[in-house]
Amino acid sequence: MERLSITIDGAIIEAPTGSNLLEAALAAGVYIPHLCHHPDLEPTGSCRLCLVDVEGRGQVLACRTPVEEGMGVRTDPGEVEFARRVTLELLIANHHGDCLSCVQNQNCQLQQAAARVGIDPQRMARLRHPEPSGERDASNPFFTLDHDKCVLCGICIRTCNEVAGVDALEFAFRGHRMRVSTFGNRPIVESRCESCGECVERCPVGALVPKRFQQPAREVRTICPYCGTGCSIALGVRSGRIVSVEGDRSSPVNRGRLCVKGRYGHDFVHHPDRLTTPLIKRFGRLVEASWDEALDLVARKLAVYRGNRFTAMASARCTNEENYLIQKFARAVMGTNNVDHCARLCHAPSVAGLAQTLGSGAMTNSIGELRDAACILAIGTNTTAAHPIIGLHVKEAVRRGAELIVVNPKDIDLGRHASIRLRQRPGSDVAVLMGMMRVIVEEELFDHGFVAERCENFEAFRSSLGGFDLERVEQISGVPGQAIVDAARTYATRKPAAILYAMGITQHSHGTDNVLAVSNLALLTGNVGRPAGGINPLRGQNNVQGACDMGALPNVYPGYQKVADPAVRSKFQAAWQAELSDRPGLALTEMFHAMSAGRVKALYVVGENPVLSEADSSHVLEGLSQLDFFVCQDIFLTETARLADVVLPAASFAEKDGTFTNTERRVQRVRTAVEPVGQAKPDWWIVNQIARRMGAVSFDCGNPQAISAEIAAVTPSYGGMAYERLDHGGLQWPCPTPDHPGTPVLHTERFNTTGGKARFVPLEYKPPAELSDPEYPLLLTTDRSLYHYHTSTMTLRVEGLKTLSDRELLRIHPDDAARLEIADGQTVEVRSRRGRLEVEARLTEACPPGLVSLTFHFPDAPTNVLTHAALDPASKIPETKVCAVRIEKLNGKA
Amino acid sequence: MQSDPRLEAIFSSFDGCREELILLLQRVQEEFGYLSDAGMEAVARFTGVPEGTVFGIATFYAQFRFTPVGRNHVAVCRGTACHVRGARCILEAFEQHLGIKQGQTTPDREYSLETVACIGACGLSPCVMTNKKVQAKMTPGKVAEVFGRNGSAAK
Repeated sequence: MERLSITIDGAIIEAPTGSNLLEAALAAGVYIPHLCHHPDLEPTGSCRLCLVDVEGRGQVLACRTPVEEGMGVRTDPGEVEFARRVTLELLIANHHGDCLSCVQNQNCQLQQAAARVGIDPQRMARLRHPEPSGERDASNPFFTLDHDKCVLCGICIRTCNEVAGVDALEFAFRGHRMRVSTFGNRPIVESRCESCGECVERCPVGALVPKRFQQPAREVRTICPYCGTGCSIALGVRSGRIVSVEGDRSSPVNRGRLCVKGRYGHDFVHHPDRLTTPLIKRFGRLVEASWDEALDLVARKLAVYRGNRFTAMASARCTNEENYLIQKFARAVMGTNNVDHCARLCHAPSVAGLAQTLGSGAMTNSIGELRDAACILAIGTNTTAAHPIIGLHVKEAVRRGAELIVVNPKDIDLGRHASIRLRQRPGSDVAVLMGMMRVIVEEELFDHGFVAERCENFEAFRSSLGGFDLERVEQISGVPGQAIVDAARTYATRKPAAILYAMGITQHSHGTDNVLAVSNLALLTGNVGRPAGGINPLRGQNNVQGACDMGALPNVYPGYQKVADPAVRSKFQAAWQAELSDRPGLALTEMFHAMSAGRVKALYVVGENPVLSEADSSHVLEGLSQLDFFVCQDIFLTETARLADVVLPAASFAEKDGTFTNTERRVQRVRTAVEPVGQAKPDWWIVNQIARRMGAVSFDCGNPQAISAEIAAVTPSYGGMAYERLDHGGLQWPCPTPDHPGTPVLHTERFNTTGGKARFVPLEYKPPAELSDPEYPLLLTTDRSLYHYHTSTMTLRVEGLKTLSDRELLRIHPDDAARLEIADGQTVEVRSRRGRLEVEARLTEACPPGLVSLTFHFPDAPTNVLTHAALDPASKIPETKVCAVRIEKLNGKA
Repeated sequence: MQSDPRLEAIFSSFDGCREELILLLQRVQEEFGYLSDAGMEAVARFTGVPEGTVFGIATFYAQFRFTPVGRNHVAVCRGTACHVRGARCILEAFEQHLGIKQGQTTPDREYSLETVACIGACGLSPCVMTNKKVQAKMTPGKVAEVFGRNGSAAK
């Protein structure tokens, strides 16, 4: 960037063109008092403190004045100083509170400004507002807003609008009584506030402060353990406990931003429910045992079940190193490919579908590129709830001019920012997407060059579009034909266009078809292999991408090398010094059938809770009950762990080293912040111990770094991933060599397929496996809450998150509720062909008539007793997004 | 929230662009007598302006009310001329008579009381507006008369 020079108080400084005087001065170490300035926000010049004198121009606001070559600036001549003092005194006159007891003491912009300007106590005494108002909003569990300390700089309001895109705050009662207010001046907790705490982070004074605050003694940079976004965080540690969390501003993923779970959701680490010793089931009860006892028992028992009678469930919550060891344990020690994990329940169709069309099942592009997209198509993703920080990138793109197309049966919050909203019937995505593609092809809006040069099978695909005329598409999906046309034209003409999708696409009995439709659309418009475009499956768990990469899948070794390929197998046999099976193993969803049928007798579950997370949970319970031996390893005694014969206490993310791979294929370092609670041990240590006790060789890596080196040696795409290279923002695979810079955009030159070309796939529409009928007249879909995570083993152990959302709610349209005579807040029974549960009803137009929704976060309303385990034939994912239910109110219960 | 046909009727003559916001709020207040949360939320959705911003804008203007107005609305003028001629006593008399303070509405929603800066009838000061009628040269003694025999003020 071009730099020019200006003079501030006689000193010559350099500043980049386009910056303003205040930024230039601060960057050069020259302090100019200011309150309403924040580098992340557009300057508004409302506090009037950064007044300076510019030669030949007089007094100007530094934050609103762009630098110009040769400018002569004086920061505090007499008249500027006078104006600034008056402004400051008036602010302090309304500012009540004791600095020494304030969280922001020594960190307060008002203190800093007062120290520079100088305050006359006598004048202050005369101006001072006699009584503090005492108005304080302490309704939010994580922070308070103290109006007596507010300086009305508006940073919180602009943060909520410009950074978070939530728009919960605004100035109200402008004039003498002006204050920061929510809509209707309600308590913050009753507003649309999402408790992300971005405003608290930026408040220049002590008005918005965290309720619990302790100055940390040291900070440890690591990765957030919640969703697959992979935000970088700094855990503040004091006396062996995590006392604070801050977003890492240097991270390319989150640039310092965090959501409510990422910022305030880490109390579970020190929760008294943590497992602190191994447990062994004796006479039907789990009792405490020593590590030696437990490990010896596990080793002795598992030795009996070598081969395909054993199966392992790896964990998308654990590190790459740990997943690598778990699959290696199953393959090299137990001699079976029966290893899988919950990716089966989320993005198995992405892996199956995109591997077929592009040659790789991961996000093709990077999160940071989204801001440069000209169009974003978000289909089947409630991004702001499930991937809040990616949601911020989407909102930022919209602010920068991108067109957002939201396709979702429910009215999700992201829709507020969209220019086109399509609300299709659940399960009709193929029809919507193929309808759009037919428009694009008919109107010749497709990228002819890209299709001809980089793709194959176009003609077969083109002829399959015949069945998707607008009339039929509207009939299937309920989306008006004109809306399909608008969406198609917008997506096809605004480039680069990125597609985001998640469970709404994959969790169907035709999930792979949905993924193929998404893939066809992106290829048709030439949006693959270019920055800010692409096909972007948003992965759900912190390390689900990594667990897949590490081969915690029944058909592939690390790096998606096929177990059926003899050359690959002999490579791994040599590396692991063991005989390996050439038969692909069981998928997670097949494992429970195999247990029920008695074909699998021993199970090792690491960090998963299938009793709550699997579709049709009664079937899961039945399978588990048929086992001879069941080991569960977790940080809490989950609903699944309670059923185990041996429970091994694992270390949480904050108590171990390793790497997580986020949804954009970025491998990032996880670092030990605190020691494991009680006798808990990192999962890698436990797996190593079991393997060694079973006489295995090649399980002697004594630390995660050594395991990581082994991974790099056998996994081409991780070949260049060394810990010392991951310190500054991590690296995106493929990164095959120690000097490779990583790959932010996939498929730029060629596709990872045999011929190097991407493949179009002809498709036809298939309805969901179960549709509503007179007996079960409503459709149930499942979704997520911003405040909880998966089966809530962690989030329900964070008091504040529980305050914000403490129970399951059945969301139902007021028309359906009226027909069933159900009132808001009433307890109802939801029944499907597989099970029933009781839950409170919440009337909302966010659900269209005929559709109800539940999350699956709450153990006392286990949604998956209802869901349907109809499997997608290609990927074996169950159809958790659609099943038919009947709802009845419960008499006698209000 | 279910859509309200009265709101729909108002919105039908607007485009829903941002610039119409204040006009819309005025029409909603005309229709309902005040701006309810639901009314402001509907305007927010219709214009695409965040509801917090709608509230922020509405609270700036003295013309908008956020509590329902009584069937009989009393506005006591406290402009300079009325003030000099004893508006304070008039206000106190109304407060006493109705049993409410300025800015409030009686629990039966029959009467509401507020003060205004000047109604432009300084020649008739001190004056009061009851519903749309100006009551000229008020005295504390005339307060009870304003409401007439059946209790409702002249419309």
